[in-house]
Amino acid sequence: MLKPNLAVDIGGIVMQNPVTTASGTFGFGREYSEYVSINELGALVVKGTTLYPRQGNAVPRIAETPAGVLNSIGLQNPGVDYLIEHYVPFFKSLQVPVIVNISGETVEEYAAVAEKLDKAGGVAGIEVNISCPNVKKGGMAFGSDPAMAAEVTKAVKSSTTIPVIIKLSPNVTDITKVAEAVAAAGADALSLINTLLGMAIDITTRRPVLGNVMGGLSGPAVKPVALRAVWQVYKAVELPIIGMGGISTAEDALEFILAGAAAVAVGTANFVNPRATIEVKQGIERYLIENGIKNINDLIGAAHGN
Amino acid sequence: MLLNGKLITHKNIAGDYYLMEFKSHELAEAAGPGQFVHVKCGSTNDPLLRRPISIHKADKDKGIIALLYRVAGKGTRLLSLMEPGDLLDVMGPLGNGFQLPKPSEKVAVVAGGIGVAPLFFLVQLLVNAGNDVQMYIGARTSQDLLAVKDIKKLGVDVKLATDDGSAGYHGLVTDLLPEKLQKVDRIYTCGPFPMMKSVAYLANKYNVPAQVSLEEKMGCGVGACLACSCKIKINGESVYKRVCTEGPVFNAGEVDWEC
Ligand SMILES: Cc1cc2nc3c(=O)[nH]c(=O)nc-3n(C[C@H](O)[C@H](O)[C@H](O)COP(=O)(O)OP(=O)(O)OC[C@H]3O[C@@H](n4cnc5c(N)ncnc54)[C@H](O)[C@@H]3O)c2cc1C
Ligand SMILES: Cc1cc2nc3c(=O)[nH]c(=O)nc-3n(C[C@H](O)[C@H](O)[C@H](O)COP(=O)(O)O)c2cc1C
Ligand code: FES
Repeated sequence: MLKPNLAVDIGGIVMQNPVTTASGTFGFGREYSEYVSINELGALVVKGTTLYPRQGNAVPRIAETPAGVLNSIGLQNPGVDYLIEHYVPFFKSLQVPVIVNISGETVEEYAAVAEKLDKAGGVAGIEVNISCPNVKKGGMAFGSDPAMAAEVTKAVKSSTTIPVIIKLSPNVTDITKVAEAVAAAGADALSLINTLLGMAIDITTRRPVLGNVMGGLSGPAVKPVALRAVWQVYKAVELPIIGMGGISTAEDALEFILAGAAAVAVGTANFVNPRATIEVKQGIERYLIENGIKNINDLIGAAHGN
Repeated sequence: MLLNGKLITHKNIAGDYYLMEFKSHELAEAAGPGQFVHVKCGSTNDPLLRRPISIHKADKDKGIIALLYRVAGKGTRLLSLMEPGDLLDVMGPLGNGFQLPKPSEKVAVVAGGIGVAPLFFLVQLLVNAGNDVQMYIGARTSQDLLAVKDIKKLGVDVKLATDDGSAGYHGLVTDLLPEKLQKVDRIYTCGPFPMMKSVAYLANKYNVPAQVSLEEKMGCGVGACLACSCKIKINGESVYKRVCTEGPVFNAGEVDWEC
């Protein structure tokens, strides 16, 4: 059989295959270059970037839970100007689209970062993190209120012509309300889910494990929640979805695609298996061949029936 | 690199301590002292993350890597159940290891407990390079003094200290340092944070450059997740550096010991 078509379109970002990296788990790409050839991915999504450099939270910043990871990195990053100077030249050298994840404490900050990235070039997409549970200001506050989420979306959209992906939080009562609001505000695509707010306590010290007390849960443990969110949002809005949350294998990724994700991101699994992205891609291709499916797009949302 | 190394030997050497040897020519060839490997303990999702373990020995000729570790929890307990013939899933060599001194330099190496693990590899190279090495090992009890015989076999003088007085000096290993520090050109240390902090203090007092190997909880091990940050002072300002990439070895004078 001929090679199946793996290419997908995420709000104008053309990906040669549906597999990308989850922001914050793959650095700026080069960190994994010994293990993964980035040009084999569908896209590269890099660490959350803010207008000004951020130091991040106190350590420990990571703790394990059964089949999951709690992190409280706190958006440590060198700031958008540094990113443009030091990483954008590398992004430009890649053959795959690079999506920069952005964050802010105010609506204006989000807009300012987007504007700078727009001018810099070399960035194929902007993923707007309105769902970080690890920062005191901004972050999740924007993502849990549909009106605020829409406001951020509008501000970013009006600052750039680059496709804008809004990254949603699962820490809400009804994720479809936020999805509908940002869709109406002009988002080009959606990413979901960010981490679930959680915590762990050390019974020896009788104190919270994480330096920041609470953190975001990710990894296999969150997969059913993430899959449910993708399922609901696919039904609620027309926008292409990048699905993520606990994807470690091609089988996991296929579940997300069947639930409605047009692309998938591999996050925590990279820490366990640095080749996870590539193995997920190869497994999806194998599944298509074995099942005689010519085009990945025929599979998106197929679990919903007709 | 990412590889499966076949276990050759695996022994419970004392209490909760294990010594494991596995085969990998590439890893043994590439490894430097102070570097570590990121090990998958068990094949299920619990524990999920890899565990950082220092390279204890690297035999380039035979293509063998040795790890010396303490069972500290779930991951290392699973690791301790592996048997010769089993395949160990490792990433490495990772991190920025010890910088070797000039062969003419006199060196003091200070280990605390399991901190001796990466220092054996270093001491071996120092001896081969012709450095004059004085080794200090401190631990809670005589049972927790590890690799002493191996280090003595290299012809290195080893001074011991235990918290309970069951072997060597009764007290902190750092108590033994001051008389020697005036006479050495460089110090290397790995062990509990408070021990390294006092080594750093003494090194500063006697104006001897020191390298310390720090520990932090890790995610990726390759610099991508920023979980393993530690505070390093650059021009008086404290900034976060990654233990897995810029470290685990840092200059003692640059570490923010108050964090
Ligand atoms: C660069 C580096 C090199 C290391 N080299 C060695 C070595 O050669 N031999 C050895 O025995 N140990 C070494 N360690 C420590 C080892 O990684 C931890 O003991 C191990 O991860 C514990 O895993 P666990 O699942 O058994 O315990 P867990 O159940 O995860 O934890 C048990 C206890 O160990 C502590 N712990 C967990 N992870 C770490 C960590 N990364 N660093 C320090 N403490 C931790 C926890 O806080 C807890 O108190 C090294 C750590 C680092 C960062
Ligand atoms: C260590 C770590 C850092 C993260 N940093 C970011 C970030 O900067 N911006 C963001 O939008 N999401 C961030 N995330 C969330 C991931 O991108 C992803 O949404 C989440 O982890 C779920 O996917 P997973 O289960 O595959 O990891 C981070 C996650 C982890 C584990
Ligand atoms: S462990 Fe991920 S950056 Fe160090």
